[in-house]
Amino acid sequence: MFGYYFDLALRSLARNKVLTALMVLAIALGIGASMTTLTVLHVLSGDPLPGRSGTLYYPQIDPQDSRGYLPGKSKPMDQVTWIDGMNLLQAKRADRQALMTGGDVAVQPGNSTLDPFYEDARYTTADFFTMFGVPFQYGHAWGAAEDEAHERVAVISSRLNDKLFGGGDSTGKALRLDGTDFRIVGVTGDWSPNPNFYDLNRKSYDENEGVFVPLSTSQDVGMVHDGSVDCWGNGGGGNTPDHNAPCVWLQFWVQLDSPAKAAAYKTFLVHYSEQQKALGRFQRPPNVELRNVMQWLDYNQVVPDDVRLQTWLALGFLLVCLVNTVGLMLAKFLRRASELGVRRALGASKKALFAQLLVESGVVGLVGGMGGLLLAFIGLWLVRRQPASYAALAHLDPAMLFTTFLLALGASLLAGLLPAWRACQVAPALQLKSN
Amino acid sequence: MELRPILSTLRRHKVTACLLILEIALTCAIVCNAVFLIGQRLQRMDMPSGIAEHELVQIQLGHIGKSPDAKAQTETDLAALRQIAGVRQVGVVEELPFSYGGSSNSGLMLDPHQQQPTVNVSQYMGQNILPTLGVRLVAGRDFGPGEYVDLDTAMAALKTGDTKGLPQTMIVTRALAERMWPGKDPLGQTAYVGKDIALRVIGVVASLARPNMLRMGPQYSVMWPIHMTLADGASYVLRTAPQDREAVIKAAVAKLKQLDPNRVVVTKRTYDEARREFFASDRAMAGILVGVIVALLTVTALGIVGLASFWVGQRRRTIGVRRALGATRGDILRYFQTENFLLATFGIVLGMALAYGINLFLMTHYELPRLPGIYFPVGALALWAIGQLAVLGPALRAAAVPPVVATRSV
Repeated sequence: MFGYYFDLALRSLARNKVLTALMVLAIALGIGASMTTLTVLHVLSGDPLPGRSGTLYYPQIDPQDSRGYLPGKSKPMDQVTWIDGMNLLQAKRADRQALMTGGDVAVQPGNSTLDPFYEDARYTTADFFTMFGVPFQYGHAWGAAEDEAHERVAVISSRLNDKLFGGGDSTGKALRLDGTDFRIVGVTGDWSPNPNFYDLNRKSYDENEGVFVPLSTSQDVGMVHDGSVDCWGNGGGGNTPDHNAPCVWLQFWVQLDSPAKAAAYKTFLVHYSEQQKALGRFQRPPNVELRNVMQWLDYNQVVPDDVRLQTWLALGFLLVCLVNTVGLMLAKFLRRASELGVRRALGASKKALFAQLLVESGVVGLVGGMGGLLLAFIGLWLVRRQPASYAALAHLDPAMLFTTFLLALGASLLAGLLPAWRACQVAPALQLKSN
Repeated sequence: MELRPILSTLRRHKVTACLLILEIALTCAIVCNAVFLIGQRLQRMDMPSGIAEHELVQIQLGHIGKSPDAKAQTETDLAALRQIAGVRQVGVVEELPFSYGGSSNSGLMLDPHQQQPTVNVSQYMGQNILPTLGVRLVAGRDFGPGEYVDLDTAMAALKTGDTKGLPQTMIVTRALAERMWPGKDPLGQTAYVGKDIALRVIGVVASLARPNMLRMGPQYSVMWPIHMTLADGASYVLRTAPQDREAVIKAAVAKLKQLDPNRVVVTKRTYDEARREFFASDRAMAGILVGVIVALLTVTALGIVGLASFWVGQRRRTIGVRRALGATRGDILRYFQTENFLLATFGIVLGMALAYGINLFLMTHYELPRLPGIYFPVGALALWAIGQLAVLGPALRAAAVPPVVATRSV
């Protein structure tokens, strides 16, 4: 029966080629636009570290002076000062903890064919690698001992390793950074969390550091900080603040393996704030937050507003396209009222007619959906040519591919349901009588 | 034209007519808001910076390792840059209007004991900014050489609380002066940053946009007499004739590398490039919105063509009868045009309400102002025009139906 309906559908669609093309095109355009924007939204609001992000937390405290404090309204600061960062790090109250900040270092390749260049760097304590699950292609991370000893060791990304050493095992080799020799201990594997959750002050997407060095060493060498600096009171600003300055410029991340530990850590943060207030360092009452990765991304509204707006636009467009197709399909079915009337009179049940019409609308939807998929590929290619920082990430993954198909099928069946039902309501006698 | 027959016909196609009205309403609502959004973006891209945009180039260098004596090196560099042919002015500026990267901002207060700052401003620091950027002074004067302090000195002074090492004067934009001291002469007024820094206004410039954070007020910027060096993250800015910019960049980079080869060029660009980059996403969004409007209107127009063609086909006999009974071709044509006009009008009325709703939604989720009334007629006119254009083809075909059709049975 399905084969017969399918054949009927094709005949009917072929009878009115322009109209069929119009309906297919409308669905394809709507689906193509929606899928393009939904894919971008999906990519940008994804989990940067699946499986780990739930146990990673970002403690926030409020060390500012009392000026401008609004109880209940003032938010804790988005980063920590050197003193607080060091205190929290040395308290070791979490399963793992790392204090870090971003910077730029001048890389002077030993190979004289390459000019010196600047590379994004991360100055961090050792737990960064184990906590974030950074894979290693060669070698390994440095440990707490190297942090303590201010050793001149570095981990580089595979991208930088390809550039400097042609992708070979470079562990043990020397790397000249900011005029100082460092020893490479490890080369990271393929690791690029998107968004770049651990430091949102830099570009949020598609930018990961090439060089990692111990935080302690970076301060000895006088490496330049790059990122946001927020000062209060007599804090002097400047790009690399003094360690005693009332400025926040470091990020502190902790790993807490259970919700109970997270709750305990939050209590610890309150106690810490109280203790610092008693010491006279803090002036505000304890004002702390402990967000995990996804909550932190959400709080910072990492997904660009424009991307959300584009998604709404595309969904609106899809709606118009669907209404358009429903209207055309309905007109088409109703025009065939006499034909349907004859079939009814010859004994076809309403259900059979409904199935037949639904097959016809399903064919339109399926072809439209495939067209939409094609358009989504073109749309994503266009997105990748956009000047946005996230542009390069816009690729269709299997999950989104499947969603596209479901959306296309669902949309077209939905579009066919109303016309098919409405057309089934014909009274056979009336149709036979007229004309 | 008698409307009653049209309405009664439409009543027989209630569902189809409603769908068409809904489609027109949705299109109208989205088009109204999209046109409004495009207007917002264009307005943003068109914001005045207050500087001589087409005459500026920016060069930023990074030193490998700690630079030996940043201050002396800056003086040497500046002297050398001034010698380059075509260079009219050379300055050191921490940042430029409408550019990404950092910006230094502070809260200005009228009274040092205020709890909340009056207004958040961006400060421009560096030397020779006014003549290099081409900012127009409308009152007062530029900083004198004696007013400048070094950044290091200012930082140290801030830490010790010794106000002598801090800058004492500042230059403000006209917009900021009007915000801080409405109706008063801003020259000689004092504003405070924190409780220790008191700054006296010595000059007012017509306009100078802030680097970013534009929603805090795009024209709220000040200049402080603070000497900067490349080690502080500042750039060299050179002013030249528009046609000489590329040549000046090349010559300047060569000169700077020759003076100290131990440096890496971080940025070298014309200001036009910097501005284009800053507004690139706005331009892209405006383009996308135009695309959406065109696509929506096309789909709606094609939908109208399709439905009208159906109705014409369905009513061939009726049209034939009407023609046989004396209706002219013009009557038939006008019938379909009026029918479309009615449908479009219903759609537009519904669309206006929807447009308003969408705007309310956008206002709560994005920082957008209320949709001005002027945009409603834009959507209405667009939909009426599209509707009439789309229906013209099918209506003409209907008008061409000969009266003899009435005598034939199908």
